[in-house]
Amino acid sequence: MVKITFIQPDGAEQVVEAEPGVTLMESAKLNDVPGIDAECGGACACATCHVYVDDAWREKTGTPSQMEEDMLDFAFDVRESSRLSCQIKLTPDLDGLVVRVPAKQF
Amino acid sequence: MSLDGNVVEPTGPIETDAVIVGAGPVGLFAVFELGLLDVKAHVVDILDKPGGQCAELYPEKPIYDIPALPSVSGQELVDRLMQQIQPFGPTFHFGERVDVLERLADERFRLKTDAGTEFIAKVVVIAAGGGSFTPKRPPLEGIEAFEGSSVLYSVRRMEALRDKAVLIVGGGDSALDWTLNLQPIAKSLTLLHRRDDFRAAPHSVSKMRELVETGDVRLMIGQVSALQGSGDKLEGAIIKTKDGEERIDVDVMLPFFGLTMKLGPVANWGLALHENLIPVDTEKFETSEKGIFAVGDINTYPGKLKLILSGFHEVALMAQQAARYVYPGKKMMFQYTTSSSSLQKKLGVS
Repeated sequence: MVKITFIQPDGAEQVVEAEPGVTLMESAKLNDVPGIDAECGGACACATCHVYVDDAWREKTGTPSQMEEDMLDFAFDVRESSRLSCQIKLTPDLDGLVVRVPAKQF
Repeated sequence: MSLDGNVVEPTGPIETDAVIVGAGPVGLFAVFELGLLDVKAHVVDILDKPGGQCAELYPEKPIYDIPALPSVSGQELVDRLMQQIQPFGPTFHFGERVDVLERLADERFRLKTDAGTEFIAKVVVIAAGGGSFTPKRPPLEGIEAFEGSSVLYSVRRMEALRDKAVLIVGGGDSALDWTLNLQPIAKSLTLLHRRDDFRAAPHSVSKMRELVETGDVRLMIGQVSALQGSGDKLEGAIIKTKDGEERIDVDVMLPFFGLTMKLGPVANWGLALHENLIPVDTEKFETSEKGIFAVGDINTYPGKLKLILSGFHEVALMAQQAARYVYPGKKMMFQYTTSSSSLQKKLGVS
């Protein structure tokens, strides 16, 4: 199992466990993490599963593809650490991953 | 016909058997199932094209769970449905949102769109999916006060922007098109995007870059962090760039962040709702109001799955009851398209 910590804008932390192979967005939805809307259901078509990856983990999660970068244009308060959580596939490598949920997903 | 032989254009409401609210895959297939039972339909959709989410959110993405189509793109599914329902000659009203739905004294329904189109219908089929597509609103503090007057999500009248300090936010075709259209009449035009890379058509981008070169457009790379103004009048915006924050004068801001789905006016139609979904029975897919049906993603019932194929099943059953309302007393005979000559005639294949 892969452990992920979601940090809410108010600092509240939620640790969830997910099977390797599911996406970060799916792990959030399966565990009712607030603030991950995922309106389009993971098609990289809505930008409502936006998260900020903790700096210590950015190298491991990699950089957004061109399609994801385009879709991030539709997110609010985009930063260098911004990713769409539906585009991050969880691997054993990412055990311990820390991400922050933005204040608003639009 | 009038006395001199000219065709008189109908004024006033359009009378029809059914109005379908939503032209997504399920709304489109409702035309087919109703059509087989001789129920004529008008279809209204807020988008400017058929297909709903399939066309707007994922036209190029393959769908793998449509029976007999191992893989089909959202757009291809829509194109095929349009072809399949063509024999029934539905009338489409695109770019319109049904705002009003009310029951008349004679049990029929009156509907009115935001464009003023009125219908009188015997049955109403709500196939509105996730609700109506509406422009995304930047979650900036106090933005509500400016919306409609100095924060606009679409431009209805360009003249209203003459001699204004205009701020356009976004990097797609809408943002670029309006930059090019409004630059000649605006007092000043600032285009703000989060990165120096644009998704818009290349010729629009190069045109914009020329205007930036000549100083006619100011391009800023960054994001809006706050709005300033009084009452409904915007006066300025704080822009966060990588060099820090800067305040610029703004009379009108046009944010282009794409569309999101909101339940919208459906909530005001007096229907029972459960968590923004419309409860229906699983025999007729009828709502709490007789003669108003709800099919596809917008309905809920025990075991509901938001699948296109479930919506297809729902419209077939819905159509049976809808036809009973449209043709009261008429004996209904169940028929197959494979063997029924009367159905084949309607499909134009006999």
